[in-house]
Amino acid sequence: MTSSGVDLLTIFVLAAFVGFEVVSKVSTILHTPLMSGANAIHGVILVGAILIAGRADSGLQLGLALAAVLLATVNVVGGFVVTDRMLEMFRSAARGKGGDR
Amino acid sequence: MSTWAQFAYLVAALCFVLALKGLSTPRYARAGNLLGAAGMALAVLTVLADGTLHNGPVILGVIAVGVVIGVPAARVVKMTAMPQMVALFNGVGGAAAALVAVTEFLGSGAPSSVPFRLATVFTVLIGSVSFTGSLVTFAKLQELMTTRPVLLPTGRQLSSGIGIAAVALSVAVLATSSNGLLFCLALAGLVLGVLFVLPVGGADVPIVISLLNAFTGLAVATSGYVLGNTLLIVAGTLVGASGTLLTRLMAQAMGRPLTNILFGAFTATGPAAVAEEVRSVRAGTVEDIAIMLGYAHTVVVVPGYGLAVAQAQHAVREMVELLESRGVTVTYGIHPVAGRMPGHMNVLLAEADVPYQQLKELDEVNPELPSTDVALVVGANDVVNPGARDEPTSPIFGMPIFDVDRARAVVFLKRSMRPGFAGVVNELLYSTRTTLLFGDAKDSVTKLLAAVKQL
Repeated sequence: MTSSGVDLLTIFVLAAFVGFEVVSKVSTILHTPLMSGANAIHGVILVGAILIAGRADSGLQLGLALAAVLLATVNVVGGFVVTDRMLEMFRSAARGKGGDR
Repeated sequence: MSTWAQFAYLVAALCFVLALKGLSTPRYARAGNLLGAAGMALAVLTVLADGTLHNGPVILGVIAVGVVIGVPAARVVKMTAMPQMVALFNGVGGAAAALVAVTEFLGSGAPSSVPFRLATVFTVLIGSVSFTGSLVTFAKLQELMTTRPVLLPTGRQLSSGIGIAAVALSVAVLATSSNGLLFCLALAGLVLGVLFVLPVGGADVPIVISLLNAFTGLAVATSGYVLGNTLLIVAGTLVGASGTLLTRLMAQAMGRPLTNILFGAFTATGPAAVAEEVRSVRAGTVEDIAIMLGYAHTVVVVPGYGLAVAQAQHAVREMVELLESRGVTVTYGIHPVAGRMPGHMNVLLAEADVPYQQLKELDEVNPELPSTDVALVVGANDVVNPGARDEPTSPIFGMPIFDVDRARAVVFLKRSMRPGFAGVVNELLYSTRTTLLFGDAKDSVTKLLAAVKQL
C-alpha cells in the first residue's frame, strides 16, 4: 500500500459527499439511465482485476483473477453501451419534437 | 505506481464525476455517458501500461472475450428488457469485486493488517450479495420465475440465521486470516443475496436493482482499500453514494418507505387490505366506450404497467391518431413511475413513435383533468388511486397521482379486478363515473380501434 489507511479513508469520505452532491438534482425521467451509467462506472473494478491478474503467482489466483477480468469487462462495456442506447432513445424523441414544428 | 499513472487515475476519476453530473441533466446525459466511457478507457490503458504486468497477453485475450460477450448482449436487448440487463451487468460487477478481494487475500501471505482484512471481508460479503441478488432480480424481470413476492415459510428466521453466520464468519476471518473461512463467508453472502431479493414484489424490483447497484459500488470502493488503489476507492464510492441517493429518490417517487420494500411489509399486509367485498362495478361494452371516446372533445390517456406488459403501445398510438383525425384532443399522462422503471414509459412510447409533445407530466395534466371528457386508463391502477391523495391510512398515501376522478368520465382497461402491485383497493373502480373494460390491454385497444372506425 502506497498511501496510509487514513489518507484512503479521507478520499472515501470526500468522494461520498461528491457522489451525493452530483446526482442530487436529477430529474425523474433520467433515473434509469443514471442508474445504468453508475452501473457502468463501478465496472472500474476491471482495473483492480487486471492488477491482480498481472501479479498472480499461483494457478488458482490467476484463474480467479481472470474470471474477475472477464466479469468486469462485461460490466464495463455492457453498462456503457446499454446506457448509450437508452439515451439515444431520448435524443431521437427530442429530435422528433423539433422535426414536427 | 509511477507519478504519471497516478495523474492519469486522477483524470479518470474526474471523468467519472463529470459523467454522473452529466447523466443527471437531460441535455448533457449522453455526453456524460461517453465521458465516463473515455475515463474508463484511460484507466484501463493506464493499468496495462504502468509497471510490470505479468500474463499480459492472457489478460488482453480475456478482455477481448468480455467485449465480445458484453457488446452484442447490450446491443440486441429489447428496450422493454433493459432493466434486467442492467441488473445482470450489475451482478457481474459485484462478483468481480468479490473475486478481486478473495484473490488478493490468497496472495497476501500471513500477517496482514486488520484494516486490510476488514476491507476484504466487506468486499467479499457485499460483492457476493450483490451478485446473487442481481441474478434473482434478473430472473424476476425476465419472468424466469414469478414476479410475485416469494415468502419462504421460515424466510425471516433463515435470513437472520445466515446473516448471523455471515457476521460470525467475518469476525473469524478478521481474527484468523483463514482462506477457508473466507470462502465460507463468500458462500454465506451468495445465499443471503437470494434470500434478500426473493420476498420483493415485482413493482419494487427496480428500487432493489438501484440498491444493489449502490452495494456493488461500495464493494468496489472497499476493494480499492484492499488493493491500495485510489481510483477504485473514488469511483466505487461515487457510485455507492449516488446509488444510495438515487434509491431513495426512486422510493420517494413511488411513495414507498424503503424499509417496507426491503422487509416485505407490504406483501405481508397486502392480502388483509384486499378483503373480498362484493360491490358492483360498471363494465361497459366496447361499443359504449368507443362512442364515449369518439364523441369526446378531450381525452387523456394514462398508460401503466399493463400497457407495457401487453405491448399495447403501438395499438394505443393508432387509436389516438384515429381519435385525433375525428377532432378529439388527446394527450398522454405519464406518471414518473409508469412502466417498470422511472422514465421507462417515455422510452416505450418514444419507440412507438408517439410525438414527444403529447407526453405530459403530472403537473401539466392534473389542472386539465376537470375539463377533460374521458380519462382512459390503460393498464394502470395505483397511479390513479384517489386514496393516495385523500386517505391518510392508505399504504400508498402521499404518492403523487393523476386526479382522473375529477374528469367527467373514467374508462379503465384492466385485465381483472385484481388490485395493483401495492395491493390496495382503488375506490375509483366503484364510482358511478367509471366504466370498466376487462381484457388484455392490447386486445381491448384493438377492439376499441375497430369500433371507433365504425362510428
